[in-house]
Amino acid sequence: MDKKRYELNVQLAQMLKGGVIMDVTNVEQAKIAEEAGAVAVMALERVPADIRRDGGVARMSDPAMIAQIKKAVTIPVMAKARIGHFVEAQILEALKIDYIDESEVLTPADEECHIDKTKFSIPFVCGARNLGEAARRIAEGAAMIRTKGEAGTGNVVEAVRHMRTMNREIRQLAGMPLEEVTGFAKANGIPYELALKVRELGRLPVVNFAAGGIATPADAALMMQLGCDGVFVGSGIFKSDNPALRARAIVKATAYYNNPAKVLKASMGLGSAMPGLEIAAIPEEQLLAKRGW
Amino acid sequence: MATVVSKAKKHRQPSAIGVLNLQGGVCEHLDHLERLGVACRPVKIPADFEGLAGLIIPGGESTCLARLLHIFEIDKVIVREFRRGMKLWGTCAGAIVLARVVVGEQPVLGLIDIEVERNSFGSQLDSFRDDARIPAFSSRPLPLTFIRAPQIKKAGKGVKVLLKKDNYIAAAESRDVLVTVFHPELTGCVAFHRYFARKCGLDPYDEKKVPDIDPTWNPVSWTRLAPVSR
Repeated sequence: MDKKRYELNVQLAQMLKGGVIMDVTNVEQAKIAEEAGAVAVMALERVPADIRRDGGVARMSDPAMIAQIKKAVTIPVMAKARIGHFVEAQILEALKIDYIDESEVLTPADEECHIDKTKFSIPFVCGARNLGEAARRIAEGAAMIRTKGEAGTGNVVEAVRHMRTMNREIRQLAGMPLEEVTGFAKANGIPYELALKVRELGRLPVVNFAAGGIATPADAALMMQLGCDGVFVGSGIFKSDNPALRARAIVKATAYYNNPAKVLKASMGLGSAMPGLEIAAIPEEQLLAKRGW
Repeated sequence: MATVVSKAKKHRQPSAIGVLNLQGGVCEHLDHLERLGVACRPVKIPADFEGLAGLIIPGGESTCLARLLHIFEIDKVIVREFRRGMKLWGTCAGAIVLARVVVGEQPVLGLIDIEVERNSFGSQLDSFRDDARIPAFSSRPLPLTFIRAPQIKKAGKGVKVLLKKDNYIAAAESRDVLVTVFHPELTGCVAFHRYFARKCGLDPYDEKKVPDIDPTWNPVSWTRLAPVSR
């Protein structure tokens, strides 16, 4: 990926700011998402809640299914590749979707290396729990970052933790004298040049969305008020009582996140949200956010 | 989001340009307007529209913008202010929102007589950069950024074509509306923003003070105006 292509890829993510990206598993759901005002869809065979329930190895979705969704909508289409599985990424690039999510929701294919995203023309979004993780993914060529959260739980607590952690670390870095940056970068595994960049900007140099556990309009507005540039909703929509209504409500609450009267109105009469999962009730080895580093 | 706005009183001449802040590339436009010393602010609710000489509808996803415009009845406010004299500029998705005809879809605001086709080039892998000489805007070749861009297929009566490419129109204007299918706000080029500010009757910095391609711009300039974290 040359510099020009990378900038174009970062800029597509900039155009998604303030928007909601929704997980969809078929053409019908993709159309509901587009109709509700999603800025992109994430095409996958099973939403994270089902992946969690089913267990086993979760892989890239059937490209035929992704192709059908791509044909059905005009908004950007994203799809997931396993962490480190650069051939799944090559397949998704050949399929000419718009964005690849190198995702911890799928079973990692490589426990040491993430994908070298600089080798691709297609953009990548990657999950992060903290500034170091975000910076390492950007250094590998990610054009967009999202919190990892804890996908498929309907529990926003981990996404909040990850965003607050990133914010706190960025504030520390921004307020730091130059001579302390080397040590901070070393301790947090942040490439030095990127540490300087983040210190100068007071934020990540790319768009940063919320993801993992967002289930209500209030969750979406919470993440936006914490400084996220937009929101991914995975299981939260199509595992709820009334997906079309909830999808529209989350779009409204994301756009007007700092207007409580409008978030209130969006929150009314949506039926039940997806059933949630307490993080402490999940066995340690089944936590998705721990995948990748 | 930072705002630079004079406290416009009702009886005063409209003096600011608003950037529709529902979804998309809002701070990128505000950054360019600030470079030209033009009073500007993000607009989101009807009260924000007071005293606007012009409104930019930014790039984003046109389906999302259309839903939000309709649900929150901002579409009516825009049409009302447009009738009052507010000028409009749509970039990319914004151009789709302003078009009278959208291929295969219902038009949204329909305030300029053009026919547009959404996402005409393909996927993100087909997004590209180009440059062109457009006499209406500058004597220099200007950088153009196309991201999953639409194409203007036809321009009707009262619409002047400003940039024609092989088989489509990339920029056009009527007396009160400007449309570009590319994104000047994603380059260092401020010529389009200067042109629009003048179309709105405002007095932006001239070429001597800020050249058409601002050398102080860089691809992360937008972050300066992005919402701050807590």
